[in-house]
Amino acid sequence: MAGSLTLWSLALLQVLVFIAGAPLLTGWIRRVRSALQNRAAPPIWQPYRELAKLFRKNVVLADEASWIFRTTPYVVLAATVSAAAALPAVATHLPTDAIADVIVLVGFLALARFFLALAAMDVGTAFGGMAASREMMVASLAEPAMLIAVFTLSMTAGSTNLSTAVGYILHSGLVLRPAFVFTLVGLLMVAIAETGRLPVDNPATHLELTMIHEGMILEYGGRHLALIEWASEIKLMIYGVLIADLFLPWGIATRLTVPSLLLGSIALVAKLAFWGGLLAMVETHFAKMRLFRVPEFLNIAFLLCLLGLLSHLILEVAL
Amino acid sequence: MATLSLYGQSILVLASLILFTSFALLAQTRALPLIRLFAWQGILLAVTTALVAWVTHQPHLYVSALLTLGLKALLIPWLLIRLVNRLGLHNEVENPKANALVLLGAAALTVFCYEIALPIMRLSTLLTRNVIAVSLAVVLLGMLLIIVRSKAVTQVVGFMCMENGLFFAAVVATYGMPMVVELGVAFDVLIAAILFGLFFLQIRDSIDSLDIDRLSRLRETDE
Repeated sequence: MAGSLTLWSLALLQVLVFIAGAPLLTGWIRRVRSALQNRAAPPIWQPYRELAKLFRKNVVLADEASWIFRTTPYVVLAATVSAAAALPAVATHLPTDAIADVIVLVGFLALARFFLALAAMDVGTAFGGMAASREMMVASLAEPAMLIAVFTLSMTAGSTNLSTAVGYILHSGLVLRPAFVFTLVGLLMVAIAETGRLPVDNPATHLELTMIHEGMILEYGGRHLALIEWASEIKLMIYGVLIADLFLPWGIATRLTVPSLLLGSIALVAKLAFWGGLLAMVETHFAKMRLFRVPEFLNIAFLLCLLGLLSHLILEVAL
Repeated sequence: MATLSLYGQSILVLASLILFTSFALLAQTRALPLIRLFAWQGILLAVTTALVAWVTHQPHLYVSALLTLGLKALLIPWLLIRLVNRLGLHNEVENPKANALVLLGAAALTVFCYEIALPIMRLSTLLTRNVIAVSLAVVLLGMLLIIVRSKAVTQVVGFMCMENGLFFAAVVATYGMPMVVELGVAFDVLIAAILFGLFFLQIRDSIDSLDIDRLSRLRETDE
């Protein structure tokens, strides 16, 4: 077994690869989407170019901007990276897994969202306030659904720690669980709403009446905007890895040997490529919903997660 | 859970899907998709019954599965769809009040059914004893559909959904009813579907609408 220094350096390496690879996932989604819509696709590393361009530019601040506005990009990135660190992506039982369980992970993402909403209202533009209130509406409906999904999974695995849960699912082999079917669909819907993808929010729009996430970061520029964009790319990847971990954990490295780590990385890339393709398909198939249809959408997600919990209690526990 | 065979696990998954179709019926507000969902529930019910027959070696359940498939998944939905097309209701949308609350109420009803079925589950030794609560929930959700909606077609679907739940309860609690009873019930349901069709035409002739709420008003006070 490797020493604790090796373990920590492996964990650090995993987080660094996670952060560095996140824009690649966004580039991949854009590529698949372009292919599905018969458009000429941008190169897959285009998000890196955009980030590099933004990092070179000067920061422009509004006169009324307070310290909240200036520190928010760093807080958002730090919270998102911490959430990413708590996820077992390539290997389980790294020391970073023990720091935070899945409820803390949800908390990190909520912290990032809270600061983003504060910053959007800080400058005092109309669009910022409007988008912040919309974001909070979506979040207040999506978060209960997400937490119920998390409870179902941790009741099945007997732990809220992700590494333990992954280990339990791997250990019990291929079992058809009705609860997982519902929770998977519910969690997918929550992920679409939380990452601001198409039926709920359009990540590529600057149309004032429909934007949610874009509206909140409208006043940001240069380095600050780059940090926030990067954080939202990492967040997209967090949801992909979380869903892959819980529902398709096969391939993840449980022992720290070179072949199993290699296999874990290949499995992770394959799962994320599938996740990106799925998102691109959803975005091509569905039109953007009216804002007042979003609560209905999230209500269905909540109901699915609740059904997952109920079918776990009724059908699975009593046996 | 892991002690069950793969067939047993499939029965549980199918049962939860049947419960899901009941929730979907409550969420659906258009007539044609509602009937199609009901047909899907019939198909799932037939597959579950056949699977129970396979796992528990009860050959008479295959007949019940075939009957369910023929009547509730094909014939009755076809009759209802034809009726809806003939009456020109295919793009009518209902607007039930506070549908989100109704769905949460449905979840509460499911918990209630679990509470009620718990003593039966403790006594039973059958493979499918856990599903009894789900079948009761399907009955109550069908009743809820009848209560919250005012269109006649939806209420008929709710009635049929209740019948699905009762049949499901018979399959999972005692591995099916005697054949005579089953045939009788199937025949009754078929007759009910035809009578409902005639009834729709009558109601529409007399009040010019299929909105049942209008029947509670006295005619004389209107005119």
